[in-house]
Parts: sequence; C-alpha cells; structure tokens
Amino acid sequence: MDMKATKKKIGMKEKYRLLTRDLGWETTYQTKEDIYPYATYEGIKIHDWDKWEDPFRLTMDSYWKYQAEKERKFYAIIDAHAQNNGHLNITDASYLSALKIFLQAISPAEYASHKGFARVGREFPGVGPQVACQMQSIDEIRHAQTQIHAMSNYNKYYNGFHAFADQRDRIWYTSVARSFFDDAMSAGPFEFIIAIGFSFEYVLTNLLFVPFMSGAAYNGDMATVTFGFSAQSDEARHMTLGLECIKFMLEQDPDNLPIVQKWLDKWFGRGMRLLTLVGTMMDYMLPKRVMSWSEAWEIYGEENGKALFNDLARYGIRPPKGWDLTGESKEHVSHQLMLGLYQWRFGTSFHGWIPSNDDMDWLSSKYPNTFDKYYRPRWDHIKKLEAEGKPFKNYGLPKLCQTCQLPALFTEPGDPTSLCQREVTYKKEKYHFCSDSCQDTFNQEPEKYIQAWLPMTQLFQGNSGGGGLDAWMDWVSLQDGVDNGDYHGSEDQKNFDAWKSMTTSNK
Amino acid sequence: MSTVFIILQANEETRSIVDAIMIDNPNAVVKREPAMIKIDAPGEMVIKRETIEAEMGRDFDLQELQINLITLSGHVDETEDTFSLSWNN
Repeated sequence: MDMKATKKKIGMKEKYRLLTRDLGWETTYQTKEDIYPYATYEGIKIHDWDKWEDPFRLTMDSYWKYQAEKERKFYAIIDAHAQNNGHLNITDASYLSALKIFLQAISPAEYASHKGFARVGREFPGVGPQVACQMQSIDEIRHAQTQIHAMSNYNKYYNGFHAFADQRDRIWYTSVARSFFDDAMSAGPFEFIIAIGFSFEYVLTNLLFVPFMSGAAYNGDMATVTFGFSAQSDEARHMTLGLECIKFMLEQDPDNLPIVQKWLDKWFGRGMRLLTLVGTMMDYMLPKRVMSWSEAWEIYGEENGKALFNDLARYGIRPPKGWDLTGESKEHVSHQLMLGLYQWRFGTSFHGWIPSNDDMDWLSSKYPNTFDKYYRPRWDHIKKLEAEGKPFKNYGLPKLCQTCQLPALFTEPGDPTSLCQREVTYKKEKYHFCSDSCQDTFNQEPEKYIQAWLPMTQLFQGNSGGGGLDAWMDWVSLQDGVDNGDYHGSEDQKNFDAWKSMTTSNK
Repeated sequence: MSTVFIILQANEETRSIVDAIMIDNPNAVVKREPAMIKIDAPGEMVIKRETIEAEMGRDFDLQELQINLITLSGHVDETEDTFSLSWNN
C-alpha cells in the first residue's frame, strides 16, 4: 500500500527565524557591555535589535548552495578563458591598464572589506546584522579570490600584474583605495556599516562595477566580465544590508539622524574621490568605450540617487554635502586625473599614453562643455613635446591630499582654471587638502588623519626604499622600462600585436 | 514617481525570468546591453515565482534569482512567492 506522508513545510520567514535569530541568547555571566564594547561609543542609540529586518532572509544552507553554484560557473569560465587564449580577444593590450589598476587598488579593497565585515559581524549586538555581516565578509574574500584568479591568466602574458601585493601596500595611487578602507576599518562599527555598507555598497557601487564590467564586455575581456557578474550577484545582498542598516538606525532613535547625516557627507566625499579612478578608466583606458563617466554618473548617480534620497527624506536625511557639485565636476575629474597619471607614468605599474585623435574626438563629443576648452589644449601641448623628442614627465612628486590621498590636482568649483588647494595647521604642522570636503573630514577628526601614511611624505622621509627614485622602484617592485611608462613601445604592445598576428598566419 | 530597476545577467535562464517580469509588470521597460538586461519600472516591480515557473517549465525557488542578479534599486521584499522592489515616494 502506498502511503504518502505529507511533509509540513516551514515557511521562509519561519525557517529564517529558526536558523538565525535563535542563535542569539541573553548573557548570564558576562555583561552585554563587556561582550560588545564598541556598541555605544559612537553615540548611536539602538533600543530593539529585533527590529532589524533582513530582506533576503538567507540561511546558511541556502547561502552555501547558491555561492557554490556561482563558484562552479565562475571557474568553468576562467578555465575556458585560459585554455582558449582568451587574452587575445581583448580589443587592445592598452586596455590592461584598467585591469592593472583594478588588481592593485580594488581587489585589495575587497580583502579589506572582508576584514571589516568580519569585525562588525562580531561587534553588533543584533543577530540579524551579525549573520548578514558574516555572510558579506565571506563574500568579500571570495571577491578578492575570484578577481585574483580572473587576472592571473593575464599575468602570464603581460607586465604590471605580478607585484600587486607589494603595490597594494607601497605604491602611491593605490593608497587612495587603501586609505579609504583603513579609514572605515579604524572607525566604529556603525560608521563602518554606513561608510561601506550604505555609502559605498548602495549609493556608489554601481559606479564602480557596472562601468568596469561593461568595459570588460565591450573590450573582449571574458574573464573580468565573468568575475564581475559573479561578484555583482552578491552585491545585491550587500546593497540591501546597507539600505536596511541606515533605515534601522534612523527608525530606532531620532538622535541618530545628525550622526548618520555627518557620516553620509564624509563618505560620499571620499567615495566620489575614489571613483575618479573609475572615471579616468572609462574615459581614457577603454579602446572600445561604453559610455562617458559623465553619462555613468547621470544614470547611476543622479537618477538612482534621486530616487534613494527622496525615499530617505521622510527620516530627515538630505542628499550628502557635495552632491550639488557633482553636476559640474563630472565633466572635469577624469581629464584632470588622466593628465596626472600620464605625467607621472614613470611611477605607475601600468602604462599611460596620449589619447589618439579619434579618442579626443570622442571626448569632445561626450564633454562638449569642457574637453575642447580646458583639456584638448593640454593634450595637444603634450603631443607637441613628444613629437619634439621631449616627452613630458613630471619628476616633481604630486602633493597628496591628507584625507583622500589623491594628488591635489582638482579645480575650484566654478573655476576650472584654478587649482583647488586647502590647508590646515594643526599642532604646528601644515596639512594639505584637495577640496572643502576632505578638509572638513580632517577637521572633524584631526587626530585620526594626522596618522595617515602618505606615500610621498614617506618617500621624502626615506621610508620607501631609503634612497631616490631607483630605490623606490625596487621597493614597490616596479620594473623600470617594463611595467611603467608609455604603452606605445612597451613590451605589452609588442607582444600583443605579435601574438594576435600569429593567430591568423602560418608564417 | 521614482524608478525601481533590476539588472540580470543575459543567459538562457534569465530569458524566462525577464519574460515573466514583463508579463507581471506591463509598465516595465527592458534595456539590453552586452551581457546584461536592465528592467526599469515606475514605483514598483513585482516578480512572481509562479509566472517564472510557467515560463521556465520547471520548479523555481525565488532565491535562485541571486545567481543571475547583477544589481537592483529599491526596497526589497521577498517571500516564497514574490520578490518585489519599491520606493516609498
């Protein structure tokens, strides 16, 4: 006789409650204050941690199942990419400058994010955020791993990738991303989650990933597209964690509003400065362009941000300070930074180059208000110097902003012909900034920022290899004449062109 | 009214998911780009498991969306039967 026993199915909400919330308990022989020593010092007041709602209600069994599937898909494609010489499908090896910057600056940030989320997953007294933060911590280490694996195949054939770990720690432009995460990790758990979980992972993440991944898709880079999509599928959870945390904080106590707003202002400023690297990549380093930085900002910044801040307005949140300035700055920052990276290309572990006439025409069309007026003349001058056998290199080292650590090469809001320079004297030392936003951030917590490790200052103090430029290059594992300099004439260019022609010839 | 959106990887599975979303959200707009599909909707988007199953021809757990999801915009509300995005403005 066939008897079918009907299995009672637990609903998703109930399953989630059983597998997560009931992991928390009331302490008996240790106080909550001792177990969670960082939970209150930032001034954020939480009255009921059970009110934290996890929109995705992901339990560990589902987590492992779906993450494992993503991994299997990912590595199958990475293997196929390597086996089929996928690197030869890229539009041009100059594109790899974008990947080199990514590996040296962004992948280490993923690892830092992993550490940060592991930490806050321990420090928050609520079970809901503990579980979500721990999952994010594992996601982020997976992102670091998958990025390194995706780029490892390029490392076999091209320069500039091999020493990403040294450059992560020691070279100058990577300190922009490095200091961003160091800043967040040395803050309290609530600031960390607003900084990374909300400001970065919600407000700004699309501006990092969609351009890079679309750039990869448009330029034949299957490995990066694959890793990008694999990571982005985790990002949706990260975004909802960030949005949920800010809502939760604002709903728990009205006293939290000014603190959260102050963090939004700071981290939006730092985030925009960090994204300058992405803008430069999109506008200058993709042989096949996706869209301009200005366009990306309009879609993923202005439009999406408007919806978000309209929604948060009911809590009293206003758009972050500096939001209004982006309308102007979006047409300038990528050009300003690329001109900088070009002139300091002797000190980068990726190649720079002068944009071609076609490139410049594209830039003119995408930046009708600014490119021909302010930036084409500078590139034309640089082209002239190169034609005269005096390619322009600036051996005067860049003055870095004490807060964001970018070279202070941005212009005054409203006046693109004036460098924006700010300075503060604190305890008899002078500190320099690229903007009002970075200066404000310093002034809020000067004791924190005077401890910043700035690459240029360290070099002058003799801490970066001990000697001059040659010693510095050794110390950052930069191979002179190989990893740095102009793309044109580089080993990467010669090799790529030679190997490409071998794919269609029998000679 | 603010726009919500979801972006999915472009593959064989998401073909059915996109079809299902369009059936349940007639005001949604699809934008196709290399390797990805963006779906915008005014104010709210509701994705239904049943519709996806009908299009796909197999049982589908809404949490499987995570494998092909790239990014989204809006407050998320997920149950066994629906996955919805909305803005409160």
